[in-house]
Formats: sequence, structure tokens, C-alpha cells
Amino acid sequence: MESGIVNILVDISLMTLLGITAIGIVRSRNLFATAMLSGIYSLISAAVFVTLDAVDVAFTEAAVGAGISTVLMLGAMTLTRRSEKHAIKLHIGPLFVTIGIGAALIYGTVDMPPFGSTDAPGFQHIVPEYIAGSRDDIQVPNIVTSILASYRGFDTLGETAVIFAAGIGVLFLLGRRREDEEADESSNSGKGEDA
Amino acid sequence: MLELFLDKYNYWIVVVLMMIGLYIVIARGNLVKKIVGLNVFQTSVFMFYISLGKAEGGTAPILTGKPELFSNPLPHVLILTAIVVGIATTALGLALVVRIRESYDTIEEDELEGMDNAVVTTERARLGTGDAA
Repeated sequence: MESGIVNILVDISLMTLLGITAIGIVRSRNLFATAMLSGIYSLISAAVFVTLDAVDVAFTEAAVGAGISTVLMLGAMTLTRRSEKHAIKLHIGPLFVTIGIGAALIYGTVDMPPFGSTDAPGFQHIVPEYIAGSRDDIQVPNIVTSILASYRGFDTLGETAVIFAAGIGVLFLLGRRREDEEADESSNSGKGEDA
Repeated sequence: MLELFLDKYNYWIVVVLMMIGLYIVIARGNLVKKIVGLNVFQTSVFMFYISLGKAEGGTAPILTGKPELFSNPLPHVLILTAIVVGIATTALGLALVVRIRESYDTIEEDELEGMDNAVVTTERARLGTGDAA
């Protein structure tokens, strides 16, 4: 029971930190600070995932969310600009929209199963079969691995397709630029020779 | 009252984070900031799924041979996929921002809109004089 209370306290304080970091992201005008704050945000959420027993997710979030995402953000920033042009001020319209949607969502949580409950529908349907199958049929100790690679392998195939499409998209968006520049340079130098 | 608070605290924080992300996407004009807002929104959804999968007194879903109570592994699998897809969409979004900056030399939404409107206005004016001639 003692450890239960500690768990709850850690969970609540980490979740509160996440909220504070998110507010910091809203309020910072400097995009460099925003990128760093979003890295911190990802790292804190990785810690939350550990307290919620999702160790694989925490590992991925720390590597991808806090690592690669921050690097991408900094790279984009060097190619664009480092701070927002307009001062941070409160926009009344969006504020009302978000408060309205947020109130509706919080009203919706009232009927949800309490946090930590094993009677929740998510635990009843197919998950016991996955756990038993992982032990008896697949014999991989990590249940997440056996579901990811075996029971839901097509999800992972779809994920790969999405990453491939995104990679092609990035190549087309940024690769075209160099060709244009090269074309410009060659046409410029051609003009120079004519002159 | 305390029990209700403890039962729902994670969900409420998730809603708050989600709305902060949505606010950034709607209210901030800078395109890089909008993508950060989308990331905040996205991570809050991850948090929601993982919170739903938590079993009180459970452990991480790794078989150790002892009979144990595991947290729900299915949301973990779904969110693993979602994190990787999320980074792919972030990369695509940032590439779009870089491309927009090259064409328009700005990444502020209102300036982009002003430029597009100016183009439309001059084009209309040109076509109007063309018809008159």
C-alpha cells in the first residue's frame, strides 16, 4: 500500500510538470526555446510512461520524441527563422473554443473506468488471449514484442508504408529545391558567358 | 471527492494538454509553433491510451514465470506504432514549412495569407482590364 501512495504521488507530480511545460511552450516566443521545451516535454512523458508500466513506449518516446524530433525541429529552424514575429497575446476566440471542447471532454471522463481499474473493457476482450498466447504459443517473454510482431504484424507493415510515404514526400519537397538551384546557377552562368 | 480526483486526474491532465496543443494550433500564426502544438496534442493522446492500460498493482507486460498482473500490453503496441508515425508526419510538416519559407520568405500565417490575397487581387485586376480591352 505504501508503494501505491508513492506511485500516485510520482504520477501526479510528473503529470503536473507536463502541464507546466506545455504552458511554457505556449508562452515562449523564441522558437529555439520552444524546441528545447518540447524535448523536455517528451522526456517527462517518457518518465510518465515508465510509471504507467509502458517501458517499451517510454524507450521509443525518449529516443524518437526527445531525440530525433528535437533535431528535426532545430534543423528546420536553421532553414527558417529563430523566433516568432508576433508577440504572444491571448486570442479570445480560440480560448473559448478550447475551453468549450475541454469542458465537454472532462464531462466525458466522468463515465470512464477509474484509473488503474482492471475491470475496464480494454482488459476483458482479447488481451487475456494475447497474454496466454505469448506465454504458450509464441514464447517471447516480452508480450509487447509478440503482439507487435505477430498478432498485429500488419499494423507494423502499415506503419512502414506510412514512413516510406513520408520519406518520399520529404525527398520531393526538399530535393526539388537543389535541382532548381542548380538549374538557376547553370542558367546564370550561361548568361554570364553570353555577356 | 479525493477519490474522484485520484481516479480521473490523469484523464483531466490529458484533456488540459490536448486543449493546450489545440490552442497553439489555432491561435499561433508561426508554422513551426503549430507543429510543436500538434506534437503536444499527439503526446497527450499517447498518455491517454497508456493511462487506460494501467492496472493498479500491475507490472510491465514481461513474462517472468511467476503468475502476475500485467498492465494492458495492447495500448502499448498501438502507441509504439503511433509514435513512429508521428515523427514521420512531423518530418513531412517541417519539410513543408521549409519549402513554404523558400517560396514566400515567411512562415507567419497572416503574412502568407496577405501575399496570396495580393496575388489574387492583382490577377483579378489584370483579367478585368483584359476583358475591357
